[in-house]
Amino acid sequence: MKTYAYYPGCSLESMAVSYHVSAVEVAHLLGVTLVEIEDWNCCGATAYSHVDELLAQVLSARNLALAEKEQRPDLVAPCSGCFKNLYFANEHMLEDADLMDHMNFALEADDLSYSGGVTVHHLMDLFVREVGLDAIREKVEDPLEGLRVAPYYGCQMTRPRKPGEGLEDVEGPRFFEELVGALGAIPVDYPYRMRCCGASLIATSRQAALSMLRDLLQSAMDAGADVIATSCPLCQINLEVYQSEVNRELGTEFSMPIMYFTQLMGLALGIKPKQLGIGSEVVPVAPVLACRQSQRTAVAG
Amino acid sequence: MEVMNLLYAGDGKPPNLCVHCSVCSATCPAVEFMDHSPRMLLAMINAGMKDEVLASNTFWTCASCFACSERCPQGIHVAQIMYALKRYSLWHNRYPEGLVGPDFSRRFVKTILANGKSYEPGYAPAFIWEGGLPGLLYEMLGAVKLLRRGRLQLIPKKIKRVDNFRQMIGRIIPLEGIS
Ligand code: SF4
Ligand code: SF4
Repeated sequence: MKTYAYYPGCSLESMAVSYHVSAVEVAHLLGVTLVEIEDWNCCGATAYSHVDELLAQVLSARNLALAEKEQRPDLVAPCSGCFKNLYFANEHMLEDADLMDHMNFALEADDLSYSGGVTVHHLMDLFVREVGLDAIREKVEDPLEGLRVAPYYGCQMTRPRKPGEGLEDVEGPRFFEELVGALGAIPVDYPYRMRCCGASLIATSRQAALSMLRDLLQSAMDAGADVIATSCPLCQINLEVYQSEVNRELGTEFSMPIMYFTQLMGLALGIKPKQLGIGSEVVPVAPVLACRQSQRTAVAG
Repeated sequence: MEVMNLLYAGDGKPPNLCVHCSVCSATCPAVEFMDHSPRMLLAMINAGMKDEVLASNTFWTCASCFACSERCPQGIHVAQIMYALKRYSLWHNRYPEGLVGPDFSRRFVKTILANGKSYEPGYAPAFIWEGGLPGLLYEMLGAVKLLRRGRLQLIPKKIKRVDNFRQMIGRIIPLEGIS
């Protein structure tokens, strides 16, 4: 099957290692090869656009140029923040020849150039669209029966794209729910599934971030979710690691497991929890593990 | 006015097309923590209230969630305007005292320029001012938990061709300008 240029991003090297390992395991099992881009650099997260637009642009341009040099026209990013930066940096250069020239002038300093030949995908796009739900369904060995999963889209996997920019429905997508369904789990609907979790404010406007976090956790809990599935390391870290802060400062008692969608995929595909980076959580995910069909039969038998 | 000119340069439609429908404010998840709602800020920009605009915490409280940009019926990229205001106030060193955002952005950028990559502890000190000492202790407890689980690195990773990388950046902006 196809080979993709893989851009892990900084979070996946540290706080989100479990996203990285589960992504690689699942891709491998589904016959997709992810080849990490050689010597990639930070995409700039959001702080760069605060400081200088062109600086943010050149950071992404270098990563795109590296993928092009390796002759891999399809680039995959698992982090929604990285995805958005790479996607729009690419779009901007394709629309604006002057900008492309300017970037190439800078890239020359690193013996690189970019001609616009790379397409940027989010990791979830890769699984849902390129691999396809049917192919995933066929490979499910250990369905997550009865598990109520709240798919959390976050912001940048869908926004600020417009309809037609690789998304059928920006305001009301269903692909995450469909993916959860394909794993044998029950996708729960909840009003905050697309609302910002406040991750980018946690260091700078803590009260705003914690209150956004509380509303989101409450929304999923009210809908009876057993676990929130995320597709972004920034959301995952915010939702999981700061859950205790929300409890402490806002008087709540949340204990909501927050897992990467690739970890849920891996479990359903029969991969061992350890290989999916499960075991490094701050909020225990035991209730999720117990929902696998194999565990249920084991208990029943 | 200067701020207005800057905003014209951003993505999307100019702010003076705003019809005050308040869709942006209604959709904004951070609005209750802002001095002025996004719609109000737009109105202030359009009225040329430069000092008031720059003194507002609104754009520093923006989470860059892009909900407003997606929904604005006039095609105004409100989130980009928030970014543009952050840049403007950083360039001109004009922001309300006590805000952590500007310092945070600068630190973050410094880490990346030095290494080509970012890492969490590099900008952890930004937490100190926001949460005070209790906040710091809790951050540290969180950090210890993550360290034990192998989820926190203490040494920043570096890209290999960091010299070329810095030269590349130097072709975009003068390096001393942001450090
Ligand atoms: S949504 Fe657009 S038109 Fe409506 S108030 Fe906000 S900026 Fe103005
Ligand atoms: S991008 Fe900023 S201003 Fe717009 S809705 Fe989100 S938080 Fe509010």
